[in-house]
Amino acid sequence: MRFLFKTRYEQDLGLFRDGVQRNWHAALLAVLVVLPLLLPDYITDFSLVLIYGLCGLSLMALAGFTGLVSLGHAAFLGIGAYAHVYFSQKLGVPWLLSVALAGVVAAAAGVLVGLPALRMTGVYLTIATLAFALIIQEVFNRWETVTGGLSGEAVTEPVIFGVPLHGDATILGVTLSLGDLALYFLCLVFLIAALWLTRNLLRSPTGRAWVAIRDSEIAAQSMGVNLAVYKTMAFAYSAALMGIAGALFAHKVGFLAPDIFSVLLSIQFLLMVVVGGLGSLHGALLGATFVALLPVVIAEARDGLPDWLGQVFALFGSKTGAAVSAAVDRFVKQPGLEPGVFGLILVLFILFEPQGLYGRWLKIKLYFSEFPLYKRESFKRQKAFMKSDRLR
Amino acid sequence: MTFFAAEALAIHFGGIRAVDGVSFAVEAGEVFTIIGPNGAGKTTIFNLVSRIYEPTEGRLVFCDEDITRVPPHQIARRGIARTFQNIELFEHASVLQNLLLGRHAHKRSGFFSELMFLPRVKRLELEHREAVEKVIDFLDLQPYRDTLIVNLPYGVRKVVELGRALCTEPKLLLLDEPSSGLNVEETGDMAFWIEDIRDLLGITVLMVEHDMSLVSAVSNRVLALNYGRPIATGTPREVQEHPDVIRAYLGG
Repeated sequence: MRFLFKTRYEQDLGLFRDGVQRNWHAALLAVLVVLPLLLPDYITDFSLVLIYGLCGLSLMALAGFTGLVSLGHAAFLGIGAYAHVYFSQKLGVPWLLSVALAGVVAAAAGVLVGLPALRMTGVYLTIATLAFALIIQEVFNRWETVTGGLSGEAVTEPVIFGVPLHGDATILGVTLSLGDLALYFLCLVFLIAALWLTRNLLRSPTGRAWVAIRDSEIAAQSMGVNLAVYKTMAFAYSAALMGIAGALFAHKVGFLAPDIFSVLLSIQFLLMVVVGGLGSLHGALLGATFVALLPVVIAEARDGLPDWLGQVFALFGSKTGAAVSAAVDRFVKQPGLEPGVFGLILVLFILFEPQGLYGRWLKIKLYFSEFPLYKRESFKRQKAFMKSDRLR
Repeated sequence: MTFFAAEALAIHFGGIRAVDGVSFAVEAGEVFTIIGPNGAGKTTIFNLVSRIYEPTEGRLVFCDEDITRVPPHQIARRGIARTFQNIELFEHASVLQNLLLGRHAHKRSGFFSELMFLPRVKRLELEHREAVEKVIDFLDLQPYRDTLIVNLPYGVRKVVELGRALCTEPKLLLLDEPSSGLNVEETGDMAFWIEDIRDLLGITVLMVEHDMSLVSAVSNRVLALNYGRPIATGTPREVQEHPDVIRAYLGG
């Protein structure tokens, strides 16, 4: 067990708890920087992890920290993506500025949703955001001059400071598409920036006000928090992050069509924050990694699993092996396997680990640091029967 | 000057007159207690003062200013802080964060400077922290700084809530049943703190309380309510011996 000896108030204001935590994060960053060289085949998947990381942060700020659950975040992603493509490809706005503008446009949309949402709480708010997402998807369908409508819109590779990024590059004997590589690092930079900004908000009065609104609106109000202002702020900030993620997402998918930004995507984002663990930045990133890489794992399983299991069961006779292989092959090639697995995972997490992956990680850490005195009760939460719902 | 006054305050929920023409004035530097049987309208008065409810009739005056129409989040900035009967802390935040939120009424940094965590924000945060540390020392909360509220025993939560209200540096402190759920020793501590809040910090206290030993120990004046109407005002002793008060509690 390690004890942290605090001698100055500044120690509670740092980005990291202590030097150890900072070094672990630095090590993680180093791994992320060399990752494209280690696993060049999966670079676009890793870009998606980073983009989903931004989305996770966005929804975490809103749902995990302010307690406003949104089922319409794919719409903000779409707004960001279309806005970025429109600004950069049709109006010729410089790339970085266009990404920033995408964030601004999405934030404006966030304020627009946030304002009527102020009068709603809980599940009603969720339904309102769902309705918003459906409306926006219809707008993507119909506003053909900007979005290209149902026929979609091709996205060109990013052009940074006038340097077009296409062709291949060979680094240390590994050949990579320059566009993919640039996108990966752009995503990484944007994700780190977003993490820094979100962490800054959370350690200053605004973040505290969000947490206060999440835990008790009435007490927050009595302490001087203007609910309307801070809820709108949370919506705008969350939407801005989503808009920037959308701009990067546009380059990742390469072709925008309205049906990408469906409710299913919004549900995936919600899955991300729940699986990761509501109320923690680590959780947002763990959840994003999980949700972005699960389809990759499923795809790999599709190709490899039947043969592999066939070989294992071939030990019981070649006929059994072939039969098992064929059965597994039929099962994994079922359409709709992916949403099914996602749904199953969500249910299992809510049942067995409501605190998400990050909560599980904290438990494992505490188990070893307290060994052999770990108590399961340390993380059990008392049910709050005392809270008055009357004054909501 | 009027420090705090409720003038003919009334709120009706449909046909129920929860508070029905209550007038009282609190003078600066006193502990003013509202007592009454269950459902007399004591907490409703608190919710009216902190502007969570809209009064049907009447006026609220604080420091010569009419606050009857001030929005609820502005009340803390005027210098009125409150605690809740059933504890409304931010449960998944640490004690420190809860107390720091009490400083929200004194927030002077803007969104964008916080986004960048500019040196100014850091300096202000340190100032808030120092104010919070004074309250921590005052209420002996040192061992709990980094503990989440959900992991605290009830008695400590009650003290943290008092601390959060003190962090706003109020002129008037509303305590809704500060001793409910506390054991005898904790109630004794609470009585000391209420006296110290009045005498050392110079904060006026308006309190709703059932525990008559606590009421008698700390209150300067007591108002007794029944069915939303005032029935007696005076020193704790006078009110306790008032025939209407005895009838309200014991019937007859």
